[in-house]
Amino acid sequence: MVASSPKVISDRALHDAELISNSGAWAKNARQLASARAQEQGLPQRRDEYWKYTRPDVFVQKNVALIPQACPEIGIFADQMKTEIVFENAKLATHHLPEIDNCKIESLSNASTLDLHWVQDIYGKLELAGQKPVERSLAALNTAMATEGLLVHATGQVSSPIRIHSVSIGITDAVIHHVVKVEAGASVTLIETGQYGARSNVVIEVDVADTGSFHHIRVQDGKESHMLTHIFASIGADAKFKSFTLTTDGKMTRNECILDLVGDNSSVTVAGACLGDSNFHHDDTVFITHDAVNCESRQVFKKVLRNGAVGVFQGKILVKAGAQKTDGYQISQSLLLDEDSQFLAKPELEIYADDVACSHGSTSGAIDEEALFYLRSRGVPEPKAVDLLTLSFIAQAIGEIEDPDLAQAILSYLTDILEAR
Amino acid sequence: MLEIKNLCVQLEEEDKQILKGVNLSLEAGKVHAIMGPNGSGKSTLSYVLSGKGGYEVTEGSAHLEGNDILEMEPEERAAAGLFLAFQYPVEIPGVGNMTFLRTAVNSQRKLRGEPEMSAGEFLKVVRAKAKDLKIDADMLKRPVNVGFSGGEKKRNEILQMAMLEPKMCILDETDSGLDVDAMKLVAQGVNALRDGKRTFLVITHYQRLLDHIKPDVVHIMAAGRIIKSGGPELALEVENNGYADLLEETA
Ligand SMILES: Nc1ncnc2c1ncn2[C@@H]1O[C@H](COP(=O)(O)OP(=O)(O)OP(=O)(O)O)[C@@H](O)[C@H]1O
Ligand SMILES: [Mg+2]
Repeated sequence: MVASSPKVISDRALHDAELISNSGAWAKNARQLASARAQEQGLPQRRDEYWKYTRPDVFVQKNVALIPQACPEIGIFADQMKTEIVFENAKLATHHLPEIDNCKIESLSNASTLDLHWVQDIYGKLELAGQKPVERSLAALNTAMATEGLLVHATGQVSSPIRIHSVSIGITDAVIHHVVKVEAGASVTLIETGQYGARSNVVIEVDVADTGSFHHIRVQDGKESHMLTHIFASIGADAKFKSFTLTTDGKMTRNECILDLVGDNSSVTVAGACLGDSNFHHDDTVFITHDAVNCESRQVFKKVLRNGAVGVFQGKILVKAGAQKTDGYQISQSLLLDEDSQFLAKPELEIYADDVACSHGSTSGAIDEEALFYLRSRGVPEPKAVDLLTLSFIAQAIGEIEDPDLAQAILSYLTDILEAR
Repeated sequence: MLEIKNLCVQLEEEDKQILKGVNLSLEAGKVHAIMGPNGSGKSTLSYVLSGKGGYEVTEGSAHLEGNDILEMEPEERAAAGLFLAFQYPVEIPGVGNMTFLRTAVNSQRKLRGEPEMSAGEFLKVVRAKAKDLKIDADMLKRPVNVGFSGGEKKRNEILQMAMLEPKMCILDETDSGLDVDAMKLVAQGVNALRDGKRTFLVITHYQRLLDHIKPDVVHIMAAGRIIKSGGPELALEVENNGYADLLEETA
């Protein structure tokens, strides 16, 4: 089967050659380096330990005939959103990017010819830093080939969230690369909804300076879509990073999150919840490196699976020597609504400091019969009772969302989805 | 209201018979109490009546207003007017008490083909009833029974009962874990629901509750059977002498 997913990158290199040569100086340089990096690494293979539970095939195959499905416009966050940027078929459909206080937003396509120093220090650099200890060549490829993305520079408190909504009808591949820089004392919330393409490769690089704060919420709901995402973040001292992803649909999803705690007294959270049905494969792969003192990291993942859906979790906490007073927490749980569904988890701890508190746990379970009977005995029909218990199960992950209004919006959205299925 | 005839129940998993021919006839508007030693089958009876899984009815019947409830799903029994206040109420993290209550009320209404209660009306009613039971706004917001004290859980059961307005209420040791004042509150809650038609089956170990909720009939259950029935004086007898004499009488 190796033949169907070659390790060498050939046609792709030709394809990005053009894109690279058309880029401005800094972008050209970053893309060339990334391209060389990807070429050297080669594409992920099924036999790679790192892709043990998720077949990379669909992300690396050349000629895939994937049919993008129109994503229904969802009412989620309608009340909260003031700043919205729309992508259509992986291109910016918002031509005049909003001007908001304490924040500058540029597009990647435009900026690659501009002399943006702050982006040059991040674009491809955090991705490169995240290539160890395992190679993530699809992220390097993204850096080389990304056609669009947003460059968000927060220099102070950004009062309302920035929402990116994507619609794709008629395109297969989307390669999107966002860069976020949060300056000292600044804070910004980025929300992603919709789908960029039938097959998307999305990278977000986030640099959070000392005392900065970054929040990210993502709703993945593309029907037939195949989504590969990477977040690479570097977190300074006394800073905060929180990311939450809700996945309610999609055939194949792999969300990778690579976080580096490089400054003292910071806290990071990566949380996610998914509702999977039948032909659904959902992989969360997280790598958190503690390289500073007195930092907290939390990973909270909840997967609800039925009709043969598959959930995967690979999560690692690496505590480097000297990263004392580290508080690491990791929980990954699945609620299997039938016996056909499957949850595969690989939690890992690697600790080189001695004054550290790390806990991790992973469970798989069915619906709690006692609770189900309790609800039914109150007149709640079984399907509705299962929905309530599903919400109950997911609640902890939603609880990781900082902003109560956004958490409430996610909860209502989820309730509607459950009711509709 | 509720007619139980020769109800025999065993566990589905193992060949163990728990109820060995229970007969009870509960007339509309009456309060019946069941007392009996630990493990005699009181909770089992309440579970089987409300439709919990894991039990197999091998003989006998149970009819609520003439309808065979043993054939119904638990939610259908609830919609038909049966309510069980649990001996051990279940905690449901992440689901707000209010959401739970409203879902329950409206689910039952839907099953009965009645219009749903509006959010505004629901709020008004639930606030008033919670106040009577000294359940504060915070407890209504918190996840169902999570972090509630034993007594709070029991009061929460009575709040659910008050909201659902069932015809047939089974209270399984609702008094256990209650302090003296909470016991009065709960009894008041129950008495407020007594309207001459609503029927109660009160399972308890203590005469104390029956001082507040006056029973019409007291039954003694032992080893899966009702071994004796009588007036309120029977509860006093148990309180004073225990079950030894009664068990001997029927042995
Ligand atoms: N699911 C079960 N599995 C095993 N044994 C059971 C089960 N349910 C009930 N029993 C047994 O059946 C008997 C009756 O139990 P039940 O809970 O009905 O008693 P009870 O009268 O309510 O007691 P208590 O006064 O202590 O609440 C006990 O011996 C109990 O262990
Ligand atoms: Mg009992």
